[in-house]
Amino acid sequence: MSEQALKELGDSIAAALGEDVLKAEVRLGELMVTVRRPSIVKVLTYLRDHSNCSFEQLMDITAVDYPEREERFEVVYNLLSLKHNQRIRIKLATDEDTPVPSVVSVYNAANWFERETWDLLGVFFSDHPDLRRILTDYGFEGHPFRKDFPLTGYVEMRYDEDQKRCVYEPVRLTQDFRTYDFLSPWEGMTNVMLPGDEKAQAPDTGSKP
Amino acid sequence: MTTATSANPSASQTAKTQIKPYTMNFGPQHPAAHGVLRLVMELNGEVVERCDPHIGLLHRGTEKLIEYKTYIQAIPYFDRLDYVSPMCMEHAFVLGIEKLLRIKPPLRAQYIRVLFSEITRILNHILSITTGALDVGAITPSLWGFEEREILMEFYERVSGARLHANYFRPGGVAWDMPAGLADDIWEFTERFPKFCDDIDNLLTENRIFKQRTVDIGIVTKEQAFDWGFSGPMLRGSGVAWDLRKSQPYEVYDRMDFDVPVGLSGDCWSRYLCRMEEMRQSNRIIRQCLKEMPDGPVRINDRKVAPPPRGEMKRSMEALIHHFKLYTEGFHVPAGETYTVIEAPKGEFGVFLVSDGTNKPYRCHIKAPGFAHLQGLDFMSKGHMLADAVANIASMDIVFGEIDR
Repeated sequence: MSEQALKELGDSIAAALGEDVLKAEVRLGELMVTVRRPSIVKVLTYLRDHSNCSFEQLMDITAVDYPEREERFEVVYNLLSLKHNQRIRIKLATDEDTPVPSVVSVYNAANWFERETWDLLGVFFSDHPDLRRILTDYGFEGHPFRKDFPLTGYVEMRYDEDQKRCVYEPVRLTQDFRTYDFLSPWEGMTNVMLPGDEKAQAPDTGSKP
Repeated sequence: MTTATSANPSASQTAKTQIKPYTMNFGPQHPAAHGVLRLVMELNGEVVERCDPHIGLLHRGTEKLIEYKTYIQAIPYFDRLDYVSPMCMEHAFVLGIEKLLRIKPPLRAQYIRVLFSEITRILNHILSITTGALDVGAITPSLWGFEEREILMEFYERVSGARLHANYFRPGGVAWDMPAGLADDIWEFTERFPKFCDDIDNLLTENRIFKQRTVDIGIVTKEQAFDWGFSGPMLRGSGVAWDLRKSQPYEVYDRMDFDVPVGLSGDCWSRYLCRMEEMRQSNRIIRQCLKEMPDGPVRINDRKVAPPPRGEMKRSMEALIHHFKLYTEGFHVPAGETYTVIEAPKGEFGVFLVSDGTNKPYRCHIKAPGFAHLQGLDFMSKGHMLADAVANIASMDIVFGEIDR
């Protein structure tokens, strides 16, 4: 698919759905359409059924956590059209408390993907037929893929020989988790004048000794 | 198999006794579950009424771990997803990084990648077909198949140093060039391999027991396959001619001459036939790769992405610094996001990669084909016998490394 064709498709979707679509853009040869949260079912139904789009398959649902944003989660739907051989990415924003309408009624494949997103990131989907946890342990608490959930987790499990069962205990690390910050500059070495640095700042007179 | 609830055995059973639906736990430790699958099944006699897969017993939080590693450090995690076809998993991630970095590997590296992707496909399909046959009662194919797999894994070992967890595909190319003599040995293998396919064909394809267990079992219609997000042989088995290697070619697949097999009936048998033919086609691609592979570098000549050669590091200070920076800090990837897919042996394997401009991925979501397939087990097994559910699991070719992540 050429960029131009994707752009035209994005424009036609934006024109057809009106105010449900907030933004349509092409980046790195991939079409991304941002939509309003309440209209996701309507948008996906249109994309599946309209002959210009006919995105028959929902390949993936996931979410990205941006804790600094007001609506911290960006839910992402990846669709595929076999007829036109093209892909589209639908996005919407939500927070911890606001439910996203479930799209299981449009694509059955959404069932487990939404369960996974709920389990790992804590995005709640309304009208989902069976929103249980899927990947984490039975009785797990919290949503591990949120950015504020520590990598090591809170509990660890081991088999207790005395009690003859598995027991959960708070995580104990024998060694600190090593995380290196590659973004900060060498703070000790900024704004320090070393002998000879003044030559770099001195105005060039153009004459050589 | 363990029983959770059972009818009272002391109750005298007359012909009119109503049998209560029976809830049964299948797995998580069962040879036919292909890993750690726990199925909670509701049975009416021997007929499956509902089947609820409980997954996540192998969940390791790969996606979270990747967020805390540099891009190069994250590649080995991909070998451990679908541990039956490791290099294909790496391939998707590496292509995603390359898309964000806007680089392309040299031609020879692309050929090597395609070559090993296809070796991986054979590796995967041999396991899938033969253990599938094992599940429905044939033991010989798996004994023969694992011998061939061992030969292929030897190729893995010679090219990367590891039989399974290769870590061979890198951003901007591959880790090393192929060692001398490997191409000849792979060529020799491709000459023998069709004979192996014929042998398996003879054992299974028209075998009465095998057909009784697979024909008309777990039929998936075209519409169902679309609706449930199936891909790969699960989609082609239902009569949809769709292969990402053809329709959205990556690397040098557009130069390869191969056919895409399509099943007619959408049952377990047609999926088996698709996989058999795909192995033969992979063999063809391997031969073309070996014939056409050009000489040249196998890594991009950009020291900010790919490390310098060992010899250069001994002499050049700059090369040493590049090497050090690359393996401590890694490279910074421009901000952006991509959903990159490849045709893995099991279906469409995708990586949704979000970069924020630092040296670590901001988010890396892995779309595993088996995850979408396994949720279709309920509708595929409904109304079938308990033993047919096992045939369905086998024909889905599920591996828990990728489903649970």
